[in-house]
Amino acid sequence: MNLLRHTVPAQLPEERIKNFDEVSLGFTPELALAESERCLNCKNAPCMTGCPVGVHIPEFISHVRTGDLDGAAEVLLRDNNLPAVCGRVCPQGNQCEKLCVRREKLGGSVAIGALERYVADHAKAKGITVSKKEKTEAKVAVVGTGPASLSCAADLAKAGVGVVMFEALHKPGGVLVYGIPEFRLPKSVVAEEIAKLTDMGVEIRTNIVVGKTVFLDELLAEYDAVFVGTGAGLPSFLHIKGENLSGVASANEFLTRVNLMKAYKKDAVTPVQRGRNVVVVGAGNVAMDAARTARRLGAEVTLVYRRSRAEMPARAEEIEHAEEEGIRFELLTNPVEILGENGSVTGMRCIRMELGAPDASGRRRPIPVEGSEFAISCDEVIVALGTTPNPIIKRSFPALETTPKGTIAADEEGRTSVARLYTGGDAMTGAATVILAMGAGKRSAHAMIEELKKAGKIR
Amino acid sequence: MERFQLVSKRRLAERVNEYVVYAPEVARHCLAGQFVILRVDEEGERVPFTVCDYSREEGTVCILVQEVGYTTALLARLEVGDRLADFVGPLGNPTDLSSYRRILLVGGGIGSAVIYPQAKQLFGEGRPADVIIGARTRDLLIYQDDFARYAKGFYPVTDDGSNGRKGFVTDVARELLQKESYDAAFAVGPLPMMRAVCELTKQFSLPTVVSMNPVMVDGTGMCGCCRLTVDGEVRYACIDGPEFDGHKVDFEEAMQRLRTYKAQEEEHMCRLRGGVR
Repeated sequence: MNLLRHTVPAQLPEERIKNFDEVSLGFTPELALAESERCLNCKNAPCMTGCPVGVHIPEFISHVRTGDLDGAAEVLLRDNNLPAVCGRVCPQGNQCEKLCVRREKLGGSVAIGALERYVADHAKAKGITVSKKEKTEAKVAVVGTGPASLSCAADLAKAGVGVVMFEALHKPGGVLVYGIPEFRLPKSVVAEEIAKLTDMGVEIRTNIVVGKTVFLDELLAEYDAVFVGTGAGLPSFLHIKGENLSGVASANEFLTRVNLMKAYKKDAVTPVQRGRNVVVVGAGNVAMDAARTARRLGAEVTLVYRRSRAEMPARAEEIEHAEEEGIRFELLTNPVEILGENGSVTGMRCIRMELGAPDASGRRRPIPVEGSEFAISCDEVIVALGTTPNPIIKRSFPALETTPKGTIAADEEGRTSVARLYTGGDAMTGAATVILAMGAGKRSAHAMIEELKKAGKIR
Repeated sequence: MERFQLVSKRRLAERVNEYVVYAPEVARHCLAGQFVILRVDEEGERVPFTVCDYSREEGTVCILVQEVGYTTALLARLEVGDRLADFVGPLGNPTDLSSYRRILLVGGGIGSAVIYPQAKQLFGEGRPADVIIGARTRDLLIYQDDFARYAKGFYPVTDDGSNGRKGFVTDVARELLQKESYDAAFAVGPLPMMRAVCELTKQFSLPTVVSMNPVMVDGTGMCGCCRLTVDGEVRYACIDGPEFDGHKVDFEEAMQRLRTYKAQEEEHMCRLRGGVR
């Protein structure tokens, strides 16, 4: 038996930089079967402890191995409300696959993410859904429609709770729709996952900004409980000279224009900057998404990051894909000033950095190297330095306690300072990942279900 | 009545229409000075407009739109009964002139629509304001009769002298500032006009509030596209504004940022007109 981990087929780099189609093509049935045979079906299942939503990984892979894909799908859907999404965007390398017994010694970790995607796509194609309990009187409002909220809503709906979701934008999905690009997560996949929810009776109301159109106290009066999953909305900037020049955008703006507003399409009405030479600042998943999107819009792209490759926070696969697509990395480099002429970007002045002693985050702190300044010529800058929580909710509902960072203060299960009000995902933790948000949404859903049981609203 | 249906459409001036939209959820908490974001159709872009009136009873919100680009031209093609794809709000913060007693309102072009609810409200509260409205020519002066009714002193101005006085709003403002005493000014209009008013009121140390209308995408603080510099700090018009201390706004930068997508906008207009530039 081939012990080496199977590579997931992907579009060739020179082809894919010319389109927005999904890069990863997913396992073929033969590859999926072969990869499933690599799973050692460990009794203690270390991989599972790395999964924020507790997917029974060896169990679903066993079903794949016996050719029982329906069974695999049932196992997967029991714990994961958005498997087709997670199979594509989860940082498996830091979670389940990191704990796989095979790892380096035995030909590489089992490709759990790719198998998850394979099974999820099968479930989608066959219309396999989870069973849900009879609808009860209980009703919960879910604010936001990103991964935390979707996951929370799904578990509530499964338990028979009536769920109404509120979305500020014109389309549901949150970061899955406005943030993560089509070539990494096709919007049709997101739409199908959301359709599963509405099929379960979840109502989604778009164009409603909670804190503006409707207030939290109104929702608390109308619903048995409220979950706030509004994410970490506000983009961080560099606070350097030239940052407000035309041609400088946050990754949020750039990606929203391209993903949500479809600005990459020829006939799109929403405009987007199409620079020839684009500099992306940052090295997380969002920075990779922005860089690779700009590349597909026809740009030469340079990514500037103040630490070294080892500290880049993006998924390993995204970094590799970015490199394959010809994104140039300027590591240990920090922007000092954005240069402009007549109000538009013409370049960026940078300084080289070196790594000193570890800082509070445990990563070695970058220190500027004196006299190492240099300029990069560019006509567009995209800032991908993370986001901070959106203040709309807090400002409209001062009773809700927040942390000094601006995130909503809550316990492990998302209980806030206000009774019956829960939170989870980036709104509570600050910017993190889709799967962590989903785990939080799930935990809150279960805490709410317990409360509703105690109150006699559901059995 | 369906959500986001056009209840009425009224031509107020050349290329300026007043639209009343059925949007009870928006009307319910709406206050003067806030804005909405709309999309005309499913393919449309998101464009912000300041609310100029609303009726909670009727569940309607009124906006004034000048045809200046693709979306506004598309909007002008709609008729009563047609439905917008999206209409979200109220966004931003309401106007707050509560701490001032003697107020000078200055409106330029369709910016007059934004000061109109203030004129009406201040009249109702027994502290009517002096109102200056300006436009290029008489046909572009809006809500004249209403302003005349609610203002303490009403001063229409046109660039070409076709109605009211010939000149700019700042000409009248200067004279008023020299003889009257005010606690604050509220100026809304094109950026160069707001800048000119602020330069003037600064000389008189008169606190001046302006309403900014930059390019936006989501309108909830997410994209950062609407950022501007106020008192050396980066602020977001959508969540921190849209109204700011006019003496601290970097107008130069705001004007430059407004030009960011100009070339692409012209491309879209060209398509709308069937290839005519």
